[in-house]
Amino acid sequence: MNQTEISCKDYRLRNLDEQGSSTTRKETLFRFFLIAAAIISVSIVMGIFVSLLFGSWKSINEFGLNFIWSSTWNPAAKQFGALPFIIGTLSTSFLALLISAPFSFASAIYLSLYLKNGWFSGLLKFSVELLAGIPSIIYGFWGLFVLVPIVRSFEIKLGFIPYGVGVVTASIILAIMIIPFASSMASEVIKLVPQDLKEAGFAMGATRFEVIKNIILPYASGGIFSGILLAFGRAFGETMAVTMVIGNSNIIPKNIFSPANSMASVIANEFTEARGNLYLSSLIEIGLLLFIISFIVNAIGNRIMKKMTVKK
Amino acid sequence: MENDILKIENFYAYYGTICILQNINLRFTKNHAISILGPSGCGKTTLLRCINRMHELADDASIKGKILLSGKDIYDTEPMLIRRRIGMVFQKPNPFPTMNIYDNVIAGYKLNSIKLKRSESDKIVEESLIKADLWEQVRDNLYKRGTFLSGGQQQRLCIARALAMKPDILLLDEATASLDPKATSNIEKLINQLKHSITIIVVTHNIAQAARVSDYTAFLYSGELIEFGKTGDLFTIPKDKRTEEYLTGKFG
Amino acid sequence: MEKRLKVRQIKDKLFTVVMALFSIAIILPLFFIIFYIVRNGAVEIDWHFITSLPKPVGEIGGISNAIVGTTELIGIATLIAIPIALFTGIYMKEFEKSKLAAVVSSLTDLLQGVPSIVIGIVCYLWIVLPLRSFSLLSGSVALAIMMLPMIIKSTYHSLKLVPDSLKEASLALGTPYYRTVMKVIVPAASSGIITGIILSISRVAGETAPLLFTAFGNPFMNLNITKPVNSLPLLIFNYATSPFSDWQKQAWGASLILIIMVSALNLASKIMEHKWKTTY
Repeated sequence: MNQTEISCKDYRLRNLDEQGSSTTRKETLFRFFLIAAAIISVSIVMGIFVSLLFGSWKSINEFGLNFIWSSTWNPAAKQFGALPFIIGTLSTSFLALLISAPFSFASAIYLSLYLKNGWFSGLLKFSVELLAGIPSIIYGFWGLFVLVPIVRSFEIKLGFIPYGVGVVTASIILAIMIIPFASSMASEVIKLVPQDLKEAGFAMGATRFEVIKNIILPYASGGIFSGILLAFGRAFGETMAVTMVIGNSNIIPKNIFSPANSMASVIANEFTEARGNLYLSSLIEIGLLLFIISFIVNAIGNRIMKKMTVKK
Repeated sequence: MENDILKIENFYAYYGTICILQNINLRFTKNHAISILGPSGCGKTTLLRCINRMHELADDASIKGKILLSGKDIYDTEPMLIRRRIGMVFQKPNPFPTMNIYDNVIAGYKLNSIKLKRSESDKIVEESLIKADLWEQVRDNLYKRGTFLSGGQQQRLCIARALAMKPDILLLDEATASLDPKATSNIEKLINQLKHSITIIVVTHNIAQAARVSDYTAFLYSGELIEFGKTGDLFTIPKDKRTEEYLTGKFG
Repeated sequence: MEKRLKVRQIKDKLFTVVMALFSIAIILPLFFIIFYIVRNGAVEIDWHFITSLPKPVGEIGGISNAIVGTTELIGIATLIAIPIALFTGIYMKEFEKSKLAAVVSSLTDLLQGVPSIVIGIVCYLWIVLPLRSFSLLSGSVALAIMMLPMIIKSTYHSLKLVPDSLKEASLALGTPYYRTVMKVIVPAASSGIITGIILSISRVAGETAPLLFTAFGNPFMNLNITKPVNSLPLLIFNYATSPFSDWQKQAWGASLILIIMVSALNLASKIMEHKWKTTY
């Protein structure tokens, strides 16, 4: 047999035979790193939930479910009920969705079905991306100095108390902020509608409006719902912009022009000043509520989106 | 036989419980070209991937039997070491997109962190590119990314990359399937040049190509080795009816 | 029949016009916001503003501590986030079918949706309480947690675009698996991965809420990771809500600088995406 000739011709290559075991060790180490990183990522999320739960334990023990139903938030009397903030968050988020819906829907339809190219669609896309990139603190700042006076003058005309700050101001700012997200969600949903379905519609002589109304919207309804849900998920956790224009009043708003407070902004305003464990614990429980709501909203929204994608 | 570089003995390959290859027995002679021929799905690519232990990369893959490289069972050694000695060229050219041509050729050394002097690596690159018949076309562009090359040139770059490792055997898995006729004939010419200095195993479903490039041909059909012999014999007087039917275009 | 078609066509036209009008309306707020910030901010910015520390009301100070602080926060956050996110992303791609990968995938989706203020609370509990001080470190960790899902996702998606044939080519050369991943697959996906990292930096650069009770803010320059530190968004928040018109003016200047920073990062990611794109 001419084994010597056939086995490694090059000294350096032969030398590698001895590297075998160190390679295996490195291989194992590499896999270990990968798994370790994945476990760290998972434990951070789990850790967030557990820490919030532990942090709010005092308040959960003290108030139980009453925490959600009670409308008194009085740190001096050690009475903590989150209802005003829950209502504040829900009303601003829903109002923001309502305001932003036609705009984001229109821009999505316009961009994905009418104007696929050209300078106007380029400008529109660029603007939507820029809007998405502006930090929320700047929206809040702008809102405080530009939008609040405008709303105030409207309130004077309409005969409301001219706070300027309040539910409606926060909702407008929120609406501007979620338009980019909602619009890109809507485009994605429209993209999920199979091309041949649309073409079938056009082939039957339908106008674009009819194709949109009768084919695209019914097909995409699930996606639109989940898009709304995910956009809501964006809006309700927004902190800074809302904090600066909502008025920070810890009572349930009487109408949409009243000042109010949202869950995120009460944490932002009072967390560092909270004296006493129960006060801090109550604020953390609001954080826990935010976490849980975001969990539910995103889980449902993402599941529907995934299903849509698979169906295609 | 003295010159058997590769022996396959009672070899079986599986995906999960599905048997892809059954009871394959083959001997390959040193410095010849052998083609493995058969209709798609017959297991010819799996056989090739078993020879350099790429088959086991699939999650549920398993094997039974022996493959002996110069008398030593390749399934007793580190797969990495086997793959360095048995080079492979794939169906689609796959040069490394982030490396320039020079680095692509020397990639086997770089990726295995084998230290080379500049003069040595220069020599290996030049030799390999000359062997792959690409040197004249790229010598002035060695430090450009390999992706600007044509498909045929990219495939020859991949051959140079495999040759740079100075392998005992070169495996070509339908290496011309994605190329145009001109590039295909160039690669075939190259195989005919190379086969005097290295053992080449070619998987193809192109009957004419097997006839043009190989000294021996193995015909596989649904996981079984039907016939193996000198290419000339197998093509003119096939012993098995299935071989004859395949060669005359009755199926496949 | 003729008449019905006319009606349908008119409806179609009307719909188009309405859609176009709503779309144009989106640009308006953007224009207003940029207009106000540039108009009010540009007059504030000069060399003194960028290089000096804040001064008491009445004296003209600068925002150098906030610019340095933001850079420190982002830098440390990136250092923390990249290794974890990169390896997690690689894990998700390489062990795609494993149970853990499915858990990681859904939890990163979840983490992306968690309101940033909540992450601030958690970093307060994890780091500020044990250290008994607001700190640069706690702020950086908060930002790092926010960067994680973005980098994990972009890494995973860029790795998925790398064709399997490259992996095979490398393995067939006898390259060990870990080298194949780190020297062939990750470099091939690098433009996408780096784009994701830059985008995630630009997202957290403007974050305020998670810093309120972690980095906290600081009127002085700070380079110590266990001490509180200022950042541009925190400074804007504190100055904007202050009663002093000098500070409010400076907040406009700081806003303009922040917007320029964020836009530059976005632009950089765009350029990365186009110029460095790997073709397979």
